[in-house]
Amino acid sequence: MEYFIQQLINGLTLGGVYALIALGYTMVYGVIQLINFAHGEFFAAGGYMGVIVLSYFAGLGYMETHPVFCLTASFALSMAFCAYLAIGVEKIAYKPLRKESRLAALLSALGMSIFLSNGLMLTQGVYDKAYPSELFQGGLSFGLVTVSYLQMLIVCLTGALLVGLNILVFKTKIGMAMRATAQDKTMSALVSISSNRIISLTFAIGAGLAAAAGIMVGLYYGSVRYDMGFVPGIKAFAAAVLGGIGNITGAMVGGLIIGMVEIFGAGYLSGEYKDVFAFIILIAVLYFKPTGIMGENIDDTRV
Amino acid sequence: MIQEFKKIWKQYAIGMLWLLGLLWPLLGIHPDGTLTFQKTFTVWLYILAGTLVCLFVYVANQGGQLRFITTPVDGVKKSISLFVKPFPRWVWFVVIFVLAVIYPQITGRYATDVAINVLLYICLGLGLNVVVGLAGMLDLGYIAFYGVGAYTYAVLNVTYGVGFWFCLPLAAVFATIAGCIVGYPTLRMRGDYLAIVTLGFGEIVRIVLNNWMELTNGPNGILGVKPVSILIPVFENGFSFEIFWVKKLQFFYYFALALAILVIIGVHRLNYSRIGRAWESIREDETAAELMGVNTFIYKLLAYAMGAFFAGLAGAFFAARMRFVSPESFTFLESAMVLCMVVLGGMGSIPGIMLGVVALIALPEVLRDFESYRMLIFGATMIIMMLFRPAGLIPAQRVGKRSEEKE
Amino acid sequence: MSAEPILELRNVHSGYGTIKALKGVSLKVYPGEVVAIIGANGAGKSTTLMTICGIIAAEKGEVLYDGKKINKVSPEKLPIKGLCQVPEGRRIFPRLSVEENLILGAFHRKDQEGINKDIEYMYSLFPILGERCKQHGGTLSGGEQQMLAIARALMTQPKVLLLDEPSLGLAPIIIQQIFDIIKDINEKNGTTILLVEQNANLALQAATRGYVLETGEITLEDKADALLHNPEIRKAYLGE
Repeated sequence: MEYFIQQLINGLTLGGVYALIALGYTMVYGVIQLINFAHGEFFAAGGYMGVIVLSYFAGLGYMETHPVFCLTASFALSMAFCAYLAIGVEKIAYKPLRKESRLAALLSALGMSIFLSNGLMLTQGVYDKAYPSELFQGGLSFGLVTVSYLQMLIVCLTGALLVGLNILVFKTKIGMAMRATAQDKTMSALVSISSNRIISLTFAIGAGLAAAAGIMVGLYYGSVRYDMGFVPGIKAFAAAVLGGIGNITGAMVGGLIIGMVEIFGAGYLSGEYKDVFAFIILIAVLYFKPTGIMGENIDDTRV
Repeated sequence: MIQEFKKIWKQYAIGMLWLLGLLWPLLGIHPDGTLTFQKTFTVWLYILAGTLVCLFVYVANQGGQLRFITTPVDGVKKSISLFVKPFPRWVWFVVIFVLAVIYPQITGRYATDVAINVLLYICLGLGLNVVVGLAGMLDLGYIAFYGVGAYTYAVLNVTYGVGFWFCLPLAAVFATIAGCIVGYPTLRMRGDYLAIVTLGFGEIVRIVLNNWMELTNGPNGILGVKPVSILIPVFENGFSFEIFWVKKLQFFYYFALALAILVIIGVHRLNYSRIGRAWESIREDETAAELMGVNTFIYKLLAYAMGAFFAGLAGAFFAARMRFVSPESFTFLESAMVLCMVVLGGMGSIPGIMLGVVALIALPEVLRDFESYRMLIFGATMIIMMLFRPAGLIPAQRVGKRSEEKE
Repeated sequence: MSAEPILELRNVHSGYGTIKALKGVSLKVYPGEVVAIIGANGAGKSTTLMTICGIIAAEKGEVLYDGKKINKVSPEKLPIKGLCQVPEGRRIFPRLSVEENLILGAFHRKDQEGINKDIEYMYSLFPILGERCKQHGGTLSGGEQQMLAIARALMTQPKVLLLDEPSLGLAPIIIQQIFDIIKDINEKNGTTILLVEQNANLALQAATRGYVLETGEITLEDKADALLHNPEIRKAYLGE
């Protein structure tokens, strides 16, 4: 039983991370019907920016004196960096292809993914980069179940970001404009919504969330690597599809499910095949219920 | 016109500033708590210089200032085509064939090695072309079938001692079966879902190869795969056969060449057959194709199976040549690379894909010093091709006229 | 009528790729008018409106609004200037609520109070929308959607309202209602209206002037009454 609860907490942590990445896929798909293959690279870039900023502060010696400030700054800077990256990527590789065939845009996205991950490799090196590890030692024990402080931070921060995003998308005027753009770009233009700006914004938000996930993963596993975006990227996409692509709530639920399945699959079935479970879910969902569990209409996608 | 150039330069300036902002945090913030600008600027200036030259050429070409170069080049092109025209196509085929045959005789071991690589990738590229170029389905896990073919031969040979020629059809059959297994559940999906699911399947195959220790020896791979053997009749002491192991690279080259020619002919025939037309109709408009009586499901499955079949053949040859297989050879990046070849050359165009393969295999060999930039350039190439020349270097020639092109 | 047209097309050509839909359309709309463009299927009526709004780029010719050329102005800036279109088929945002649809109509406006007041005004103009304000746009009936589309356009505070086929797919009684509202808007708010219709009879009854569009060219231009009594028009478009 303790083992089960422990796994549940681990699954929650991982699932939250997947949910954050999946949101980027689902939002971009909702607005321009493109699978943004480069999204996993935004996640990796976020992890790298986190390690760069944190090590910089550690080098200055601020980590001991102002840990909260350092952490906040690293999250903020890396999210901003990835948003900045994503806006440019969209302008260069996707915007000119918006009227072309989907295959062209998809291939361009794939090329961008390869380009970015190798760009990271060239600037940051082939080897793993370690996070400064003084932060977050220990945790709370409840009997045999341990929840590390880091896990608490990840779960809380993920929750806060998800709530914030929900408010942004469903309660504000700009969120309304995002949903409108996803539903009908011509009509949005006729009511003076600039679809270019909304698309940039969508990319920026998605990449920002992915960057946050990147730092969390970096902190959690202690290091980052240039190709770390690939596998979580696919899994997060599986999560987005599971929840019904284009559906924001669906992506959150889907991420949690994929995370849980992975942790429990690794814990109870086989650790070596843990990566396979997400793919099997992806294929099964697409085969039996291509609209996802939250029931999304394929012809009429939206944020 | 001038206004347009102004816009290009403005966008370029913004883009370069954006790049500078992107590079600096990656290169200029150091873990010892210092900030530097030197390195960022150097890298940035290199990129600036490189792109500036490209842009200048582009703008000058658009504006017609390069006429003093393009006019003679066009003239040379014209005279070449005038020179070429009187000869029928088969003459050129013969010339290329003869060149291919004598190639290993006139070059060294290393060049032959590269050539074998090119030939195997031509098989792979053409196989993928059946799926992507003809039937219009994006397959990102294609290398898995190559892996299935390679592992079929390696496992059967090392564990059970089965010979190459018996394994070759088996490898193709296994790959085809794998293709059908992947294809069957995925073919109901739309293009972009299909892409990600095939990617998932490719990863599953790799993970299984990596973890099924009893069969595949896991990440260590299988060593000691026997090379291709042929029986040579020997007339001493009566009549008997002697096994001849094709260990020499030159001989293996001819096998690879034969395979490549077979695949080229096969794909060419498929392209112009009833099946090829069915694929084309599916690629252009699946619903319309179905309404016209094309059994889309069967034909899509067939495209998958055919693509996998060719990959399986190439895989067996790969195992026989390397005499070693490991999951490392069948990663997603390999799939992406084959795809990149197809896209670069021109989807659906056989000469285009051959050119694409040569460009992406041979050029990196020449530019050894830039080894680490290889994948970076691949990625950039894909984007640039999609932006400026989505039909590829040698676009596919389509049969017949289309209504929208008649004007 | 004042002398300066608020909206003018001068020899506009446009189309979709190689297909030319407009081959030199010129027309003028004066402030306070209701102008109708009538024509058969595929005559280029909707293309005309989409070209005015910049959704389809004009290949040749000029589109002038308020005396200024707007060919190169991107479409989302036009509602701010007071030029707004109710497109063919209504194009309600199906998964946004009625209220959200209205708020988006006022997307460029910053005066929150004015917006709230206008929403209330729309609900008084179209009481059925008030009843359904929390419902998704996609669940409304055709007539309700048309009302919502007009209300959404009015939320932009237009000086010129372009209406594309407001009668499309609606029951006759609803059509009458919609046209009454259109007249009302024109008379009470002084909004200039450019109306595109297949239903020539209705359109010409509502309009002050009319243009006849045939395969991308204006073939006739006259007072609406005159067009209504033109025997050729009666034969071609009114089924006599």
